[in-house]
Amino acid sequence: MAEKIIDSTSIMSKYAVYSDETVDSKIPEGPIAEKWTNFKAHQKLVNPANKRHLDIIVVGTGLAGASAASTLGEMGFNVLNFCIQDSPRRAHSIAAQGGINAAKNYQNDGDSVYRLFYDTVKGGDFRSREANVYRLAEVSNNIIDQCVAQGVPFAREYGGLLANRSFGGAQVSRTFYAKGQTGQQLLLGAYSSLNRQIKKGTVKSFVRREMLDLVVVDGRARGIIVRNLITGELERYAAHAVVVATGGYGRVFFLSTNAMGCNGSVAVQCYKHGAYLSNLCFTQIHPTCIPKHGENQSKLTLMSESLRNDGRIWVPKKKEDAEAIRAGKLRPTQIAEEDRDYYLERRYPAFGNLCPRDIASRAAKERCDAGYGVGTGNAVYLDFSDAINRLGQDVIAARYGNLFQMYEMITNDNPYETPMMIFPASHYTMGGIWVDYELQTSIKGLFAIGEANFSDHGGNRLGASALMQGLADGYFVLPFTMQNYLSDQIKVKHPETDAPEFVEAEKKVRERINRLMNIKGKRSADSIHKELGLIMWNLVGMGRTAESLIEAIDKIDELKKEFDKNLFIPGEADTLNTELEKALRLEDFFTIGRLMAIDALHRNESCGAHFREEYQTPDGEAQRRDDQYMYVSCWKYAGEGEKPILIKEPLKYEAIKVQTRNYKS
Amino acid sequence: MEKEINIKLKIWRQRGPKEPGQFVNYALDNVPTDISFLEMLDMLNEQLVEKGEEPVVFDNDCREGICGMCSLYINGNPHGPVGSITTCQLHMRKFNDGDTITIEPWRSHAFPVIRDLMVDRTAFDKIQQAGGYVSFNCGGAGDANAIPIPKEAADEAMDSATCIGCGACVAACKNGSAMLFVSAKVSQFALLPQGKVEAARRVRAMVSKMDELGFGNCTNTGACAAQCPKNISLSNIARMNREYMKMKLKD
Repeated sequence: MAEKIIDSTSIMSKYAVYSDETVDSKIPEGPIAEKWTNFKAHQKLVNPANKRHLDIIVVGTGLAGASAASTLGEMGFNVLNFCIQDSPRRAHSIAAQGGINAAKNYQNDGDSVYRLFYDTVKGGDFRSREANVYRLAEVSNNIIDQCVAQGVPFAREYGGLLANRSFGGAQVSRTFYAKGQTGQQLLLGAYSSLNRQIKKGTVKSFVRREMLDLVVVDGRARGIIVRNLITGELERYAAHAVVVATGGYGRVFFLSTNAMGCNGSVAVQCYKHGAYLSNLCFTQIHPTCIPKHGENQSKLTLMSESLRNDGRIWVPKKKEDAEAIRAGKLRPTQIAEEDRDYYLERRYPAFGNLCPRDIASRAAKERCDAGYGVGTGNAVYLDFSDAINRLGQDVIAARYGNLFQMYEMITNDNPYETPMMIFPASHYTMGGIWVDYELQTSIKGLFAIGEANFSDHGGNRLGASALMQGLADGYFVLPFTMQNYLSDQIKVKHPETDAPEFVEAEKKVRERINRLMNIKGKRSADSIHKELGLIMWNLVGMGRTAESLIEAIDKIDELKKEFDKNLFIPGEADTLNTELEKALRLEDFFTIGRLMAIDALHRNESCGAHFREEYQTPDGEAQRRDDQYMYVSCWKYAGEGEKPILIKEPLKYEAIKVQTRNYKS
Repeated sequence: MEKEINIKLKIWRQRGPKEPGQFVNYALDNVPTDISFLEMLDMLNEQLVEKGEEPVVFDNDCREGICGMCSLYINGNPHGPVGSITTCQLHMRKFNDGDTITIEPWRSHAFPVIRDLMVDRTAFDKIQQAGGYVSFNCGGAGDANAIPIPKEAADEAMDSATCIGCGACVAACKNGSAMLFVSAKVSQFALLPQGKVEAARRVRAMVSKMDELGFGNCTNTGACAAQCPKNISLSNIARMNREYMKMKLKD
């Protein structure tokens, strides 16, 4: 029996090549609070007459994509905007529930741009780029102004001013919300601005189109190949710059809170053209989701983190009680107060039920693994009885009514009467396409925004910060930084789609589709995807070890062989074909999943959402190794079947003192 | 698994917008009652693919009742027999062993069938593009708290803004009217100070686009609101009619 591997460094050469290359993150000079101002003051601009001669492709219509497309359109650029759904309004940002953070300090509770910046960097466990996060906090206030002006009906107080609530990882109330449908309202706001530009003709909207390749000409991103999902035809689009706003790849776990169509394919296409993928080991497993019910399940439903404002999380203190509950012999309401273990309040008294997501998820897993779980054994309680007694059912209904209804619809349990059961589920990917300060990837003219990039959340994203980042990128950052790139492109003619690079790219996509169609095996894409999901969940999930990750890589490779041999896609490629869509996305999930495992294997520390069981303190907290791993991992594609190349972006903290995260006192 | 049922399905299958469609019968056994309606269709599709047949095509995405993509007419009701939910939130525990379930696409002149149960709802986007926005450019907004808005108005605007654009209202209406959908957006803006400036222009543009796209007239039957998964109220239509009158009087 070989010795147990704890530190993977000595075996990494089997999986990756370490490079001495560095990346240029283009962080502006000056003190942190002045960097963005300095950048804007000195960046190059494109004059209005030239803007209309420049074309920009924006792929995606979520918060990041729609806000970027509309704002670039308002500025006068020609924008081509794509989505896979039947309307831009359906992008999965629509499902974000809880809220959006901003440093307005309307509650006079001591909030500031610095504090939001600090909380975000700390929440990300010191693995995000300081300058980007500061800018994010800085523009957060503009986002709220923008959305109110759009007519977004945020919750208000009786005096007519905006209301706030608290979210995990913060000790102030800085979250703006619209019931439990904040993402919906913000997205519809961005969609309304987008519609205004579509009517004006600055934005052309292409729905039910899926990007299947990036086209790079002379080292610059110049276009995309898309498949028209209704006709099956491949179409070419050219532009001076390409923006990808295609969200996260959380469906690599098959079961996740993501929509059915969410995928990581565009990230993989960009990767294969030379864009780096970063920090893939950081995947947010959200603590408050409705537990899995059975084998036919297609997705997991999130219950907003805002519920942790008033809900208390617990499991039975005694194992025999937990066993009796699992066997259906006891009900949660029969467990006496002193026999309940409010484990978050016990372990993290200062933040209690509002500690960050990675910590809350891990704590739930720890209790369930130790045998205290309820339901199927993989669930904990989220209990509102205290809040209902204190505030009354009406107040709780006004705050969370739609969430309670959603819960009851799925589980057939009434959370006003019995505690909710929750368990962690794959929700958000902090990792993604590497971008510099200007949100440009390592390919010139290719930009990545929103969840699709890696930039602002480090090892763990705080609640209500995804909406903030998506809109910050789209409304207030990219439209400026894009001009810095385009300023020397004004003489470049409209790129032509009959250039050899486009012909070649389309040919490759067609060959790939034909290859998949011709496997003619016996298994549906979903049946293989479910297997991949289990490998990822069990071996690259909330807790990983070097050994589980090595096993994962082997199993992913095995399963990919099964995919190549035994996939079956009915129907034809040159028409609507939902099974083909799934198969194409699944093939890319193999690439992402494998790289996630390699990234997690190489990072011999526990940090944020990446919990390597070998690296923990005696009381089970994550053990970071700043001397070794205070960097962003940037993975460079080296060719099919070749080992990916690791490039590091070292992280420097100048405005913040790096410390161990403490949510206890 | 608590319980399983055997069901029969009668599903509308249609190759394309111009091709004739027909009902096809399927039997599906051992359906766990804990699963959602769309997961039941996933089960059916999995079996069809195993047999080498093409799966039933239906729109769906978020599967948590908010994206508005799912759009099935189940046993004569848009989004099925249970009120206030979308198709994806419907669970099989609402059905009994031996039931025959009829599944059709939205049927409306303005929503042509693309394939099977999938329809084309781009007409909704076109209406929104006609005027469903406040005209200002990013960067020009003042402080968010500069204009206080009464909580009641903000809450009511939120109720209108809750519309998910699924089209159940149109599918439910015997006239194929889009009044509930259009009025929800008109109301949201009419209730808020930000939307008042362009109120007249907006209602004119959106209503004329709606008429142009072939949606039917409103005859106040209220089927739209009764079938709306998000409980968008008929009072939105009344408000839009008032807004429309105000606009006409100004002219």
